[in-house]
Amino acid sequence: MEVSSKVIHAIYTDDDVLMAAVKKVRAERYHIEEIYTPFPVHGLDKAMGLAPTRLAITAFIYGVIGLAVSVVMMDYIMIDDWPQNIGGKPSFSYIENMPAFVPIMFELTVFFAAHLMVITFYLRSKLWPFKDAENPDTRTTDDHFLMEISAGHNIDEQFDILRNTGAVEVTLIDKAH
Amino acid sequence: MYTISNKLKTFSIILIVLGVLGVAYGFMTSHKSLEEVKTMLAQDGAHGGGHEATTEAHVVAGVENQDDNTHDENAYDATADVEQGSHDDGHAAHVQEQLAKRPWSAMYVAAFFFMMIALGVLAFYAINVAAQSGWSPLLNRVMEGITAYLLPGAIIVVAIAVGSHYIGHHNEIFIWMNPDVVADDKLIQNKSSYLNIPWFIIRAVIFIGGWSAYRYFARKFSIAQDTAEPGDNRYFKKSFRIAAAFLVFFIYTESIMSWDWVMSVDPHWFSTLFGWYVLSGMLVSGVTVIAMVAIFLKSLGHLPLVNDSHIHDLAKYMFGFSVLWAYLWFSQFMLIWYANIPEEVTYFVTRIEDYNLPFFGMLVLNFLFPLLILMNSDYKRIPWFVMMCGVLILVGHYIDVFVMIMPGSVGDQWFIGIPEIGSILLFAGLFLLVIFSSLAKVPLTVKNNPFIKESEHFHY
Repeated sequence: MEVSSKVIHAIYTDDDVLMAAVKKVRAERYHIEEIYTPFPVHGLDKAMGLAPTRLAITAFIYGVIGLAVSVVMMDYIMIDDWPQNIGGKPSFSYIENMPAFVPIMFELTVFFAAHLMVITFYLRSKLWPFKDAENPDTRTTDDHFLMEISAGHNIDEQFDILRNTGAVEVTLIDKAH
Repeated sequence: MYTISNKLKTFSIILIVLGVLGVAYGFMTSHKSLEEVKTMLAQDGAHGGGHEATTEAHVVAGVENQDDNTHDENAYDATADVEQGSHDDGHAAHVQEQLAKRPWSAMYVAAFFFMMIALGVLAFYAINVAAQSGWSPLLNRVMEGITAYLLPGAIIVVAIAVGSHYIGHHNEIFIWMNPDVVADDKLIQNKSSYLNIPWFIIRAVIFIGGWSAYRYFARKFSIAQDTAEPGDNRYFKKSFRIAAAFLVFFIYTESIMSWDWVMSVDPHWFSTLFGWYVLSGMLVSGVTVIAMVAIFLKSLGHLPLVNDSHIHDLAKYMFGFSVLWAYLWFSQFMLIWYANIPEEVTYFVTRIEDYNLPFFGMLVLNFLFPLLILMNSDYKRIPWFVMMCGVLILVGHYIDVFVMIMPGSVGDQWFIGIPEIGSILLFAGLFLLVIFSSLAKVPLTVKNNPFIKESEHFHY
């Protein structure tokens, strides 16, 4: 498996050129391993043929959990454990005091959705604090775009195709050291 | 170029005819004699479901055991007998007036609802022009077409408001127009330098004049830009300038209009964010109608360049403005509920006691449904889905206007029956006829707008 450990890095200097290149490379049926960009490129995920993100679904679930937590929490704090007189309405009934809890429900819904979504995103992207960057080329954090494709049997042909798509630099990298 | 089909024309005219019949039926059955009213009230009482039966004596036994919080029905009966004996005639006369107000109020709610759609669309159009938005120019003609209803619609609203005072006896929608009521009411007397009919009409003329003037010039410049030389953006710049000026005029007049035409049905009550609340309702209904008309015209093949990203954007606005509306509704409700100041809280007490189902039902229709239905990104691109959600939003906002107006005019003598549905049909027919005639007058796609290319390629 000597060939499969080798990848080709093609560097672009413009996101529109990159988008066109992605389409061309996919049309040639080469596998794009990864693309590194200095900023999110609109529509790149669709052009690469990535499956749509399911982060929105998790966000909804987290929001519902946050809402449920706030309902139970406020019921315990304000009604059950130590009943509170809310705005002169000592009915000690959750439903009759509910409007006062709506801001808390909203806040906890947003809080849970936002924080858990970020954590999910980190886990899914295999990121954690103090992790070393996997970035192959520091220029992609400035103004360059890097496309990584797995090297096939005919590397010269791949090089030609990539140069024709407007890559300013094409290099063969052996990942297995 | 779009031409209004005979089918649509006939449909609108049928709606108008049915509406007129419904409204006429409402007027014919609304004038009851005092004796009839008394019999009606007695029957209601016999069913045990009279509107006064909400008085309940609460016996609070303790914190821990809430089962003892019984509703003592006998305590109510004792006081009710005293009430009924002394105020029977007065109460019956009051209910008689409320019944006479019902067909007027039903017309007013429907007229205001459709006027509000046209005004919301005009504001949304001006915002897009002033912001020089790139996505919207393909929809400019649709928006201009819908605003054609603003002038007739607003005149009808004012005519019904004032007409309900001058035509008939004591059936005005706004009780501050009734000199007998004002004579006994210190609070309204203090406000009578503002709440009087001549000044009400002058303000209405200023609002309608300003809005219609903007609408007239915006339409004129938009059509003039069509035939301009390529690269000549004079008319585009002019429409930008008047849109910015209009928005300043609009935010003041819209706020004052909402006090005049809606809030003053409860002349004792006031809310400082009422203008915003009405504005959010009109924007969401307006955007919904833009989306529905655009989808309808596209299904006939008239807006070939409008793609699903445009529909997606409109649906996002429907979602966003629905949430804004809910936020403003809750901001108004919670502060008043929490503070519990008698003169403020009566507004919501009346609505929760006498209008429980429409009051809470519209929250479900206007907030919960749009929130859940339009949350998913993909659903916002499916035309029939947006249409269905649009119907729910429009029904919800009709009920919102209903719950804003009716308690102040007919009190608990409300029902959504023939007069109300007739009024909706009447103004819906008129609305469709006016907006589609206006849409048929000019090409549905603007030309030479500097942003038209961006709009054509708009892609989310």
